[in-house]
Formats: sequence, structure tokens, C-alpha cells
Amino acid sequence: MRDARGQVRRMPGLRLWLSGSWLLILILAAVFAPMISPHDPLEQDLFAARLPPFWQQGADPAFLLGTDSLGRDLLSRMLYGARLALTVALVAGTLTCLVGATLGLIAGYYRGWADLVISRLVDIWMAFPPVLFAILLIAVLGTGLTSIIVAIVVIDWTRFSRVVRAEAMSQGAMDYVASAQVAGRSRLGIALAEILPNVLPTIVALLTLEMGIAVIVEAILSFVNLSISTDQPTWGGMIAEGRTSIYQAWWVLVFPLAALFLTVLSFSQLGEGLKDYFDPVLR
Amino acid sequence: MSDLIYRVKDLRVSFPDLSRKPLFGAAPRIDVLKGLSFDVAKGDVLGIVGGSGSGKSTLGRAMIRLLRPDSGSILFEGTEIAELNEDELRPLRKQFQMIFQDPMSSLNPRRRVGGIIAGPLRLQGFDNIPSRVDEALEMVGLAKRFSERYPHELSGGQRQRVGIARAIALKPDFILADEIVSGLDVSSQAQVLNLLEQLVRELGLTLAFVSHDLSVIRRLCTRIFVLQKGEIVENAPTAELFDNPKSAYTRALLDAIPLPDPDQVWS
Repeated sequence: MRDARGQVRRMPGLRLWLSGSWLLILILAAVFAPMISPHDPLEQDLFAARLPPFWQQGADPAFLLGTDSLGRDLLSRMLYGARLALTVALVAGTLTCLVGATLGLIAGYYRGWADLVISRLVDIWMAFPPVLFAILLIAVLGTGLTSIIVAIVVIDWTRFSRVVRAEAMSQGAMDYVASAQVAGRSRLGIALAEILPNVLPTIVALLTLEMGIAVIVEAILSFVNLSISTDQPTWGGMIAEGRTSIYQAWWVLVFPLAALFLTVLSFSQLGEGLKDYFDPVLR
Repeated sequence: MSDLIYRVKDLRVSFPDLSRKPLFGAAPRIDVLKGLSFDVAKGDVLGIVGGSGSGKSTLGRAMIRLLRPDSGSILFEGTEIAELNEDELRPLRKQFQMIFQDPMSSLNPRRRVGGIIAGPLRLQGFDNIPSRVDEALEMVGLAKRFSERYPHELSGGQRQRVGIARAIALKPDFILADEIVSGLDVSSQAQVLNLLEQLVRELGLTLAFVSHDLSVIRRLCTRIFVLQKGEIVENAPTAELFDNPKSAYTRALLDAIPLPDPDQVWS
């Protein structure tokens, strides 16, 4: 029997390439920010305030993307802002995923009273308005990187546990689970070795989505000045500053906003792309 | 007595009826198996027939302890297994295996065929696993290279062969086959049935074949249980049951078998 199935290879796809490249650029920018920034992100020069980006009249080639109303270099501030955005995305996203997915798997596969407790908790949690919840938490915990991360994990774990619970329940009803039981696999073994691998594509897609959401939450908190200390450049803080001078210097608002938009979009597209890539049925 | 593999007494299984559960308190229970008693001799090919909801799948699943019975006794090769918990059952599991109805759902989509067959062998502590996997594949008529495939890359009949290979790789004493051909097209059905017939002959398996299709059962089985509403209404050797059905329900089932009509003309 001739068969060419082994030779069929699906390309990783354009969206995986595009989103992956943007995130790679961002990671490099964040890691090497002190080396590649043309200026100190905090250095003020009131004589060079509100300089436009390089292609406009009156631009100073030393400030590629222009300056804000205090004369600070936008490009340098964005590079440093990427550090916070990415740290929050990776750490908060991963922690949220671990907490939420674990609880979801327990609720969806073990059912019973564990499911009852976790599901009621999720219902109660989801009734809080998330942004207000975050602001409240930060107000209690105090500002700082750890507080942002804790706030995101505490608020957003429900997103994972709901989806993973539903997925684990539908996988748990499949016959391969019964078949593993017939083979003598323990409950924990079934949850980890049979169900988890089948829920993993969903978890990966959610994880990258959550990383994008973490970036947004961080920006919102910075926007309302509840992120880290105000002298550190953040995208949300830059957007807040740019808002006040939108008619005089649009670029102060638009560049960090574009970076934020592209980053969140790339995270969600990366998740979709990876989901397709890892799924043996679609591959 | 030593040639009995199963001795079942007064087996009762019930499920909670969640659609009629009151707001507070436990749901009322539906009796699915109402006190069944029977013996299965070693080497028997047992057919379990009955309509939808007659409890035939439940009976099979209780026999291999995928379900915990409410009461009653299940002696498997002299060991009482009705009350054992999962940990106590684990070492016995290699002796009774199951082939599932829907091979798409019963094969983990993220494992290759080789891994699917090797899984139970590994769990039950067998040695020489790769050679046992190859041997099982060969017995069900699949080439070795299939062990590198994922289930979705196989046809329905091939998938069901993998399900059979997984069960026989453990060399069990008893196999439950739950509606294993009902999801297949007619030619795959015939192939899978031929294979099963051959395996029963070669391995001396004791097999319980759950089906709603009497013509399939007739071909394969030596003894038939007819189930209706959770009770065995007839328990007889195949030839006897087909020649001289005792219960009215069995007669109704027999009458429902579509027989080829030589007078049929397509015009």
C-alpha cells in the first residue's frame, strides 16, 4: 500500500511567523534596552520638548521617534517600557495558567465536591468587575512589580479554570479514559498522562492570550498610575502622558499604543498558530 | 467447577436519575440490572443481546469492573471482584480487557499506535514491550510501520484492529467487546468479525460480545444471553436459541433480523 502521509508537512503558517518575529524583536529590545537605547529614558531636555518623529519637519535625527512634553526620547522610553510589559506578560501569564489550569483540571476530571467548590468560587470571582478588582488589590498590596503580577494571577485564574474544566470534562467522557482505567492506570495517572496532553493545545492558546491580557492590564494600571514607581517608563504611563498633549504631539500617544496593540495581537496569534502546530490531527 | 471463568450471583446496578433529582436530597435511582445470576465457562463466546436500554453494555462494564455494582457477587476465576476498589483491582486488570465501540474515541488521539498498545503493557509491568507490540499488531493483521501512525491517520477498520491489538497484547483470559462493529461499514465489519473469530480460535479466548445485531452474534457466539429491561429473559446455546426461542421477546428479536429476499427486483 503506497502512502504519502508521512511526506505531508504543513507550514507553520504566516501568522506564526509574523507574531513570532514581532515578539522576538520585542524580547531582544527588552533584553538589550540599555545598550541600544539612544538616550537615557529619564533624561529631560525642555529645549527639545515635543520634537516630531524623524520624517516630519523640524525633527531632530537624534530622536528617531520624537520626544514627549518633557523632552524625553520616545524610542528609549518604549524600549525600557517593553521590559516591564514582557516581564509581566511572561511571569503573570505563566503563573495564572498554572493556577487556573490545575484547578480546572481537578474540577473537570475529579468532579464531585472539588468541582463544586472550585466552580462556585469561579462564579463568585467572575462577578467582580476585573479592573476595579485589580485597582483594589493594588491599593491593598501597594504598587510594585510583584503586586501587578499577584493582581493579575488572582483576577484571571478563572479564565483558565473555566475553559480547562469544560475541556477536561468532555475529554473525561471519551472512551480512551475508560480504556486507561481498564489498563489499570490510576486516577492521577489518567489526569496527567491521558487528559492533560489533550487539553494542552487549549491551554497553550489560552496562555498566550493571557500574556496579551497581562500586557493590557499592566498598561491600564500604569495608565491610572498604579503600576510601578512613576519614574520608570511604561507603555501605559506613556499613553497617559500622551493623552494630555494629543493635539500638540500625537506621536507621544500613538507609538506606545501601536506597540501595545501589536504585542497583544501577536500573543493571541502566536497562540492560535501554536495550537494548530501542536495538534496532531490538524498537523 | 474449575472451567468457569465467571460466576455471577444476584448482580444489581443502578444509576441516579438526575432528571428527576429533587432540589434537595439524593436523586431517585433507576435499576439497570435487576439481580442477574449466570455462569460463563472458559472458552465460551458469549453474546449479550437486547434492545436499547436493556442493560447489555452495563452488564459488560460491571463484569470488568468499569462500574461498581450496588450489590451481588462477581467471582472471576475464583476471586470476588464485585467489592474491590481500584487499587485492589489493578493487578487483576490484565486478565480482563475490553474493546470499545467507537475506536476514534477509545484511542488517545495524541499517542501513536505503538504507544497506545504499549501503554497497558507498561502499566501491567510486562517485559519485552516492543516485541509484544509487534506481535499484537501482527496478530490483528497490521504491518509494523503502523505503530508510528496516529489514530486519525487510520481508517475505521484499522482503528478497531488497534483496539483489538491493545486488548490481546496483555494475553487476557477474558475480553469484553462492546458493540465493536456497529460503527463500521459492512465490509470492515466482516473483516473485523473474521479477525475476531480467528483470534478466538487461536488464542482460546473467552469473549463476551455485546451487540444489538443478532445476525452478527449468531455467526460468532456459542451462547447467548437475551436481556430485556435489566433481566436475562433467555440464556441458551446459540443453535438452541435460534431453533427454538423460548421467550416472546427473543422471538420478536429474531423476527426483526432482515433476511435477504431473493425475489427483490430493482426496477
